[in-house]
Order: sequence, then C-alpha cells, then structure tokens
Amino acid sequence: MITLEFLVASAVGVLVAAGIYLALRARTFQVVLGLTLLSYAVNLFLFASGRLTLGGAPIWQKGVTGYADPLPQALVLTAIVITFGMTAFVVALALRSFLETGTDQVDGDDEPCDDDAGGAP
Amino acid sequence: MNLADHLIVAPVVIPALAAPIALLVMRRKRRLGVGISLASCSLMLMTALVLLGVADDGAIHIYALGNWPAPFGIVLVLDRLSGIMLVLAATLSLIAMVHSVITRADRDGWHFHPLFQFQLMGLNGAFLTGDLFNLFVFFEVLLIASYGLMLHGQGRARLKAGVQYVIVNIVGSSLFLVALGLLYALTGTLNMADMGQRVAAIGPDDQGLLRAAALLLVSVFVLKAAVAPLHLWLPRTYAVATPAVAALFALMTKVGVYSIIRVVPQVFGENAGAAAFVPAPYLLPAAIATAIIGFAGVFVARSLSEQAAYAVVGSTGTLLIAVASWQVETLGAALYYLVHSTLTGASLFLVADAVARRRSGSAENASPAPVFAQRQTLGLLFMAAAIAATGLPPLSGFIGKLLILKALFGTPHWGWLWVTILATTLIGVIGFARTGSAIFWKTTDDAGTAQPAASMRADLIAPVAALALLASLSAAAGPVTAYTHAAAVQLLDPAITARAVLVRP
Repeated sequence: MITLEFLVASAVGVLVAAGIYLALRARTFQVVLGLTLLSYAVNLFLFASGRLTLGGAPIWQKGVTGYADPLPQALVLTAIVITFGMTAFVVALALRSFLETGTDQVDGDDEPCDDDAGGAP
Repeated sequence: MNLADHLIVAPVVIPALAAPIALLVMRRKRRLGVGISLASCSLMLMTALVLLGVADDGAIHIYALGNWPAPFGIVLVLDRLSGIMLVLAATLSLIAMVHSVITRADRDGWHFHPLFQFQLMGLNGAFLTGDLFNLFVFFEVLLIASYGLMLHGQGRARLKAGVQYVIVNIVGSSLFLVALGLLYALTGTLNMADMGQRVAAIGPDDQGLLRAAALLLVSVFVLKAAVAPLHLWLPRTYAVATPAVAALFALMTKVGVYSIIRVVPQVFGENAGAAAFVPAPYLLPAAIATAIIGFAGVFVARSLSEQAAYAVVGSTGTLLIAVASWQVETLGAALYYLVHSTLTGASLFLVADAVARRRSGSAENASPAPVFAQRQTLGLLFMAAAIAATGLPPLSGFIGKLLILKALFGTPHWGWLWVTILATTLIGVIGFARTGSAIFWKTTDDAGTAQPAASMRADLIAPVAALALLASLSAAAGPVTAYTHAAAVQLLDPAITARAVLVRP
C-alpha cells in the first residue's frame, strides 16, 4: 500500500535525482532548471521534517493532543522566498552572461560543444 | 535590560540601516552615500571593540530577539570568538572600503556601498547568531550581497566566474537546508546549544541519520571555506573580483571555518555520544590536501591576484589542520592564525591591485614589463605581504605557524602535520620569490609608461594599513594569544554556553 511517507519520500528522491542530473549539464538554462528542481525537493523535505500528520490542529485548541508542527512550515516559507530570489538572480545573471560572452556554457567556453538537443560534450 | 545590553544586536542593525539609506541617497548625493557607508564601518568597528571588551569577562552574553526565551526564539550569542570575528570583520571592511573609495573602484557599478553594507550585515549576523536556521539566513544575506559585489564592475571574466560561483553556492545552500531539516527532524530544535544537549539522547537507530546530517552540514561549511576537494570555485572567483571586494572576501571563506569551529564543538561535541566529533577524521586529510593544493597554486600562479587567491586556500588548509585536532591548545593557535591569515589574504589582494594600477600594460601578471612607478615601495610591500603569507619572521604568520606547530606536537600523526606545514611554507616562499622577482626585478628595456608618482600615493594607504595591523598583531602576540586561548577554552566547553543560553534570569 502506498503510504503518505512513501509518496513524499519518492517525490523528494525523484526531484533530487532530476535536479542533480540537470545541474550537472553544461548549459546554464538546464542548470537553472536543475537548481529549481533541487530547491523544490529541499522544500518538500524540510516540510516533512516536522513529521507528516493529517488533520493536526495548527494552534492550541482545548482537548486536542496532536498538533501539526508549525516550525517547518515557517522554515519552508523562508526557504521558498530565499530560493525564489536566488533563482531569479541566477536567471538574470545567466542571461547577462550569455549576452556579454556570447555563450551559455557554464564553463564559459566559446565554442558550443554540443548539438541542438543540448547534449553532452 | 539597559541600553548597553542592546549593543549586541548593533553590529547587525547598523549595516541593515546604513544599506537602504545609502541606497536612497546615492542617486542624488554620491558623497553623502559614501560618507554614510564609511561612518557605518567606523561605527561598527567601535561597537565591535566594545563588544570584544565586554566578552572578555568570560561570561556568555545573550540577546534574545523579541525577548523570546532561548529554545523558542532566536538568540544572539556573544562570546570571545564572536568578539574576535566582529572586530576582524569591522577592521577588514573599513580597510577594503577605504581602498575602494580611494581607488574609485566603488564607482564601477551602481550599488557598491549598499551591497557592501548588506554583506557586512550577513557576516556580523553569522558571527553572532546562536540558531542554526538563522545562521542559514545570514549566510544567504551575505551570499546574495557577495554575488553583487563579485560581479561589481562587470566584464567577461567576472560574469564567467560569477555564474559558476552563484551556482556552486546555490547547491551549497540546498545542502545546508537538507542538513537543517535532518537535524530538526532528529532533535526538534534549531537552537545550537539546545541541539547540543538533545543530540546525546538520540537513540542508536537514528545514529546513522545523525552522522549523515553532521557530515552534510560540515560539508556545506567546507564548501564555503574552499577546502579541497571543494575549493575549485575560489581561485577563479577571487582572482577576477574587484580587489577591494576580494580583500573583503578573504574574510568570507573564514566564515566557513568559523561555522565549523562554532557548530562542531557545540552540537557534535564531546557530549554528543556516538556522534562526537564525527567530521574530525574527514576534516584532517581534507585540510592537509587543501594546504598542499593552496601553496602549490601559489607556486604556479601566473598573476599576483591568482597567487593571493591560492594563498587564501592554502592558509585555510593550515588553519583547519590546527582546528581538526579539537584541543584547547591547537584551537587557540588556530584562532590566532585565523585573524592573521584573513588580514594577510586581504593585504595580498590590495598589494596586487596597487601593482596592477601602476603596470598598465601587463597588469599584475608575473612577466617582465617596463619599469613602473614606486617599484621599490611596492616591492617592499609585496615582500612584507609574502612574508606574512608564508609565515616567516618577523610578522605574525611566523608566530601563528609556530604556535600551531607547538600545539600539534604530540597529537596523533603530528609528524605528518609538521611535514605538511613546513613543506608548504617552503613551496610558498619559492612561489612568492618567483613572482616577486619576475615583477619587481626583471624589466623590459622600453622605459615607456612610467607614470607620475605623486598622484598615486594614496592607494597605498589600505595595503600599508593591513600590513601595519599584521605587524601590531605580532607585537601584541601575548595578549592576543591569551584571548584566543580563553576563547578556545570557552568553545570546547559547550556546557557553559548551554547554561547561559537556555536559562534566562
């Protein structure tokens, strides 16, 4: 049976795998996408660090014993804001770098070393 | 709580206020903006010196933000190590700022001064905070500001290095968050002192997870500190950054070292049970490799700024060799060397800039060029900086390395550590001698572009100031080492901090 834990864990795993694969590519756009996927994975992971509970009370209520942990939610919020800002910055930077140097290779090589599909060198 | 107690938060508040104000007034009144930036740096230096004195009483001073008690709210913690780092940051920033204003490097882009202040806010916050997530946030503050500063002045080389620098750091930040999530899931707290106490109670089933979290966290710090094999980003980035910025960045790698020194004894200290000092066995070989790679880089570098960048890597390696033993003696010596190596890295970048500004054609490449102005003065400055970087007497590098060697004597594998430190020193000396003789002694015949000397004296102020600080650091070695030793004692007894942080009067 598929549990909630299994779903979240596999989602984190798939996102990290895809993120790392893309982040290791040679061109900036793919790398940016990879970083975005990686940060999604991190956000999900942080969210799960307070344990996954269903229908927990968010704040104090009379007679309720099980609560949802509010702290990871605050952490995720902060992390989302920061990674969003960083991603926006890296997109602008990658674009600027492409316009200035004429190449979108991360290592800055002048001649593109791949085909149109953006494959490996 | 009187006003003096609020002084602890001042190093974060001052730049946080100065940055937006400078941003607002810079558009109309440049000079006023520069003045605000300089005033902020001076004010920070004064505050830091006062805090250094305050921390000297041996107590751990706590500032609860919003007056929330410790495990629930964020606390700022001022101890001797924080005091040292704050003074170092303020001093270095003042030197770098003065240099950028004198050389007009701050006019190459739009927002140099606001970014500079935000960078300082991040640095000071990272040195003060007692909360792991807050440490992450301040890391991000200083990183986003450093991206802007690193790209300051633009140009092909900077953009190329900048893309790599930003990507590497974003991946690092993601790993930082993963480590934080793991630690929070295991301990249910983010306060470092609280976490240190709860780590001991973690059951045997979760020990593997705890070790993974500890190693992830330390690997992020190691990335920021540019320790091998995660050092590749540093030489590229620092060598092309604006020199005044690179001088400030000499401190930024030390933030990684600081975080290791702060977090490992506090959270994974001797009370941590099975996870006690988990990163130590990995840290030592990495530190040795870093020292060797760094000074080998000094040996083969083709320009002065590249050489300075590798010297920063090498000094981090030497520093971590001392840190990784986790004993009071070695840590005390390491803290002295930390102050020294930061100032040395900065002075190397500043001297490289002064040379580059006079050798218009071939810049600071280690190749013969026409005779340039003030060759003797610059040669002497370079020699002093090189002496400091390699650790020869009479400057403080010698005392620092001597203290480290003495403290390492008798620890496991001390023979290898001695060989590493002494051999890298030799390699460094040869490397600096090579570039120095190529730049200052070998000249091509066409005595063409020697520039008038009188107009360019002012840009020597900052390198001379940095070197003078190194000289005074070696003159005042007695009191300074006493202070760093006391700081090391404080650091390696996390129970003191835990008592101060977790129990509010």
